[in-house]
Amino acid sequence: MSVTEQQSGEAPGRPARRRGRWRLVKIAMEKPELAALVLLFLLIGAFQVLSNGVFLNFNNLRGLFGLLPEVALVAIGVTLLMICGEFDLSVGSVFALMPMTMAVLMVDGWPFWVAIGAGLGLCALIGLTNGLITIRFGIPSFIVTLGMLFMARSLTVVISGGFPPRLRMDEIPAWLFVDFVGPGGLFRMSFLWFLAVAILVSLLLSRTNFGNWVRATGGFLPAAQATGIPTARVKIACFVLCSMLAGFAGMIQTLRIGSALPSMGEGLELQAVAAAVIGGTALTGGIGSILGGVIGATLIRVIDNGMVLSQIDSNWFKFAVGGLTIGAVVANAWMRKRARAMKVET
Amino acid sequence: MLDAGAPDAIISVRNLHKWYSGVHALKGVSLDFRRNEAVGLVGDNGAGKSTLINILAGLHQPDEGEVIVEGSRVAMRGPRDAMDLGIETIYQYNSMVPSMSIARNIFIGREPVLFSIGGFGILDEKRMRRESVQAIADVDLHLRSPDALVGELSGGQRQGVAIARAMHFRSKVMILDEPTNHLSVKETAKVIGFVRGLAAQGVTAIFISHNMHHVFACCDRVVAMALGEVVLDRRIDETSIDEVHAVL
Repeated sequence: MSVTEQQSGEAPGRPARRRGRWRLVKIAMEKPELAALVLLFLLIGAFQVLSNGVFLNFNNLRGLFGLLPEVALVAIGVTLLMICGEFDLSVGSVFALMPMTMAVLMVDGWPFWVAIGAGLGLCALIGLTNGLITIRFGIPSFIVTLGMLFMARSLTVVISGGFPPRLRMDEIPAWLFVDFVGPGGLFRMSFLWFLAVAILVSLLLSRTNFGNWVRATGGFLPAAQATGIPTARVKIACFVLCSMLAGFAGMIQTLRIGSALPSMGEGLELQAVAAAVIGGTALTGGIGSILGGVIGATLIRVIDNGMVLSQIDSNWFKFAVGGLTIGAVVANAWMRKRARAMKVET
Repeated sequence: MLDAGAPDAIISVRNLHKWYSGVHALKGVSLDFRRNEAVGLVGDNGAGKSTLINILAGLHQPDEGEVIVEGSRVAMRGPRDAMDLGIETIYQYNSMVPSMSIARNIFIGREPVLFSIGGFGILDEKRMRRESVQAIADVDLHLRSPDALVGELSGGQRQGVAIARAMHFRSKVMILDEPTNHLSVKETAKVIGFVRGLAAQGVTAIFISHNMHHVFACCDRVVAMALGEVVLDRRIDETSIDEVHAVL
């Protein structure tokens, strides 16, 4: 339908072209990630000035792009799960458990690829457990995954035996995950993995029937059930995917720093939730986008990095992320309300 | 049981029983819903109306008795089974996801896909939009864009979209669970007009309402339930609102 066609028959008042523009404004304002995107550009500009032009220089971008995939991969899984109406606080612990499992198995003589498979399998199992308990017993996933946060962290320390296992980096094709590639080595391989996962999950959510079920399940569970969607299985699939992405991200960090530490990823679960929320994902489910989660994760990395470069006391980092989270939710709620109030078409 | 229901019935239920944790919600209900008939189902809260329609919608399974659809006994395991048999249910609140577009809502659970692997596939969004526009136009609803969010529609428009969805999938039986609740007078009239027109389109309607006037305005027959049993089953022209009230 063309714009002019839509306006025919409408009460005279504002000129047609102006109403057309309002329609675009409304569509833009309904995009949940818009506020975060605007803020991202503002912050990049601010840090560029505050750091006397260091922020956007090649080496800093290289560092930024090197770290981003780790938190962003976790944020992607958490965002998907939140859109599905559930929550995962165990991702930070799974982030550490997966590479620790892999490292311990490799010390025992398992080949790298088998150890990776076992690690990811364990993540899938944790996701499955989170999902099954949440659904079977009708408990909020907040509680179930809070329990799993402690259990997975404890397991990580137990299997490490108190000492980080030594990774024989020469046996590991680490280049596949952390080598620098691209123009001048601007990106690490992990960035390509992240990009691929982001695009795939994004397409899964927006272009497939499964994505439709995820949105319906998180948007309004009774309607999803009444239309015959297997909502339990949809949720469990999202739990599993979320856990596996967290484990995969942890493995990338381990290969980057060359060692599996039991304390990796502490507090990451809340950063991931913050990233999703900053990116416009609603805590109630149904609303949000993968792009939003990625933008949210980028914002957090940019703040962390930009503050250091601007010589701001880095103890303000958490304050900034916290303020941003609250600010983003308020801004999103306000914009959604305003967009809804704009009666340009129904 | 050998009884296969009345010969002209599209749905028959025989001796349906349902217990909910000790409560005997349905006590041997037997009913026939004939083709192209609009049946009003009335009764107080707890009379068993919802239990009956939840069974017909595939949400619950009866503890005893049978459901016969077009002459054959069926065992529905979920809402999807009912939908596949041509039974669509429009709930008072539960039909639509407010945060999703009209086009997405119409096809929830039955999305057309370009190709699929193991049941998962890429949505045919062009077709979804095109058919949604058509489906909405078919029920005489005037909405400009299939991309508008259902949450932005009025209650009546939402019911309209739910009805459009049911019609689009060529349902044979449409169960409307209190579709006129919380609607304005004008929107109520529209829904009632719609139910009245269903017979002409070859659709059987089961219309649940608290409001006797709405039932008498659009149904051919009224079934009253009380305490899990059918207490009255008459043609509209053979009974009156007072008589129905008297048995409830």
